[in-house]
Amino acid sequence: MGYVAIKGGSHAIEGSKIAFDHLRTKKSDSSAPLDTDTIEHQLRLLHSRVISEGGIYHPRLASLAIKQAQGDTLEASFILRAHRSTVPRLAETDALDTSNMRVTRRISSAFKDIPGGQMLGATTDYHLRLFRMDLLNESPEQFQAISKSWMEDLNLDSIPDTFPKVVEALRNEGLLAPLEKQKNQPKPFDITREPLVFPLPRSAALSTLARGEQGGLLAMAYTNMRGYGDIHPTVAELRVGYVPVMMPHPITGKPMEIGEVEVTECEVVAMYEQQDGTPVFTLGYGACFGNNEVKAISMAILDRALQQGMKHGPSNPSEDPEFVLMHVDGIDSMGFCTHYKMPHYVTFQSDMDRLRATQEKQSMEETL
Amino acid sequence: MSANEQFGFLDEYAKKEIRRTTLKAVAIPGYQVPYSSREMPMGRGFGTGGLQLTLALIGHGETLKVIDQGADDSVNAVNLRDFIEMTCPGINTTTLTDEADLIQSRHRIPEKPLREDQLLVLQVPYPDPLVVVEASEDKRKVLHGEADYSRLLVKLYEDIVKFKEITISHRYPTRINDHYVIDPSPIPRWDVPKLHNSKALVLLGAGREKKIYAVPPYTRAIPLAFQDVPFRVENFYDAKGNRRTCQRCNCDTSFLDEYIDSESGNKIYRCSDADWCEEQLSKNVSEKQLHEKVMLDEQAYDRQVETAPSSENAYQALDVPQSADEIQGVINA
Repeated sequence: MGYVAIKGGSHAIEGSKIAFDHLRTKKSDSSAPLDTDTIEHQLRLLHSRVISEGGIYHPRLASLAIKQAQGDTLEASFILRAHRSTVPRLAETDALDTSNMRVTRRISSAFKDIPGGQMLGATTDYHLRLFRMDLLNESPEQFQAISKSWMEDLNLDSIPDTFPKVVEALRNEGLLAPLEKQKNQPKPFDITREPLVFPLPRSAALSTLARGEQGGLLAMAYTNMRGYGDIHPTVAELRVGYVPVMMPHPITGKPMEIGEVEVTECEVVAMYEQQDGTPVFTLGYGACFGNNEVKAISMAILDRALQQGMKHGPSNPSEDPEFVLMHVDGIDSMGFCTHYKMPHYVTFQSDMDRLRATQEKQSMEETL
Repeated sequence: MSANEQFGFLDEYAKKEIRRTTLKAVAIPGYQVPYSSREMPMGRGFGTGGLQLTLALIGHGETLKVIDQGADDSVNAVNLRDFIEMTCPGINTTTLTDEADLIQSRHRIPEKPLREDQLLVLQVPYPDPLVVVEASEDKRKVLHGEADYSRLLVKLYEDIVKFKEITISHRYPTRINDHYVIDPSPIPRWDVPKLHNSKALVLLGAGREKKIYAVPPYTRAIPLAFQDVPFRVENFYDAKGNRRTCQRCNCDTSFLDEYIDSESGNKIYRCSDADWCEEQLSKNVSEKQLHEKVMLDEQAYDRQVETAPSSENAYQALDVPQSADEIQGVINA
């Protein structure tokens, strides 16, 4: 009698954990264990992605999660997110002012000359996607020399710390509606403490998108770009850099910098609309932890599309808040996808019962 | 960073929220109460809704049973039980249905009738039975509020037209306390009558979909059906009309899983409920005792069937179109 696979679960789980770790370490003769600094810096963009989808800014734990998950972005973000569940909430900051960002890169596709100038920074956008064979056997000396020689040539004094925001210039010209004062706005919706019950405020949509899965966001936004909807976006500004996090001093109460977080921020200017009797451009906003430009742009496009849907009713999937927001979370969707690997013996038994009953009825009828 | 710093893994605010949500769910039988649903260290879809309920409700000295597909030692049940034991020091675990204060289960309700002092937590992938007829949660909320389940009944009717059978095998829509229709989780139809006037409180938790709902003790739980097409559980009779029995314990009153015997190639059947099977087997000391036991069990089962609404007349009190003809009338109108 063959034994049923579902039994003996404890042994199977233990064995599976060891086998998983074996695959990480089996070539230990020719490879060294990854240290978390290496992951954070040499797999910088992978790290960014995980920290953004994990929804907690902890660079070291994000590296550990990547190592532990053997590079699976969904698993690694999941480990971070689960950790987040156990961390108490100590305080809330005011909204961070991204015009104080220590910029590493900022571009605008709306204007050639933006106040402060375009700063291309580090990007693969204009790389030729050809192999760099010299990286195959890079020596530590070569590796160290690259960064060193770049730093030597830099004139650090010529680089400003912050740059003005492009959308401010548009606001000053009356092409965009003025910003609402922060204190007049309702308290942002906290998606980690409240369930999503529709209709939702924009802040709930933005925070859901901000920790959404990059591929999911891109796919949804791409439907809008291709023609299932058309918000006609122009990137007013895309910036990457470090935003100071401000908290009140415990004694004086004055805001002070307690650290900084790397953020990618994108504003798209989209099709104009009447606002208070004047036609003005509309804005889509995207921001997330780390350097994730595709995600920030996708988020900005989706934000604009969702605003359209919230106002006038959705006419495309990307304008439907429920359709977009319930399906972009990587942790939720990968969890449900992997759950199909679990035993479904009982429900399948039940399915077979229905199919057999239906077949029987049909064959009885055919013989009549 | 260890996971067992806090009793029950979740912080106290999260547990408090789940308990309050549970109270609301019990107060409004069958209503899906939204809650924030924290991420757990296991996959969404692996029972995180049930797990959050268990962690928020279990206390020191209480005894827990975890099953998946009816078995205590299936991989996911083991994983969940290990995690709960690790994060809730001072609780006991058992595989015996009788001994458990709290039973967390996926896809099955134990064969043995539960008691008033027991609590059953079911893991739920899809909390809303209307999802098969309406994709938008926003619109489903309105339908539930108005107790408008006509589209579900039409779906059942269309099944009959197309297949001459209601094709819903598990997750069978069940009306609670004559108002809300619930998705009773992917339990087989076999288990649905156990919800009706259950002595134990049944809590259903959907972690990914962020909902908790309940079938309180002694509450009506009636599967949707028609007068002329009654609700039926899975059929375990062979072509000759004999009830199939468990190859291991000989029980002929339990929900069976079918297997292909790898040696003989024959199809065999076994109890899906591992503890039930074990108990029947231990009673099977001698043929005589077994015979007596089966007789007793049959009587007990008969009593259960009598109290459970498995006959048509128990389902006729619904305030909805009852027959396929009536539904056709509604459509024509």
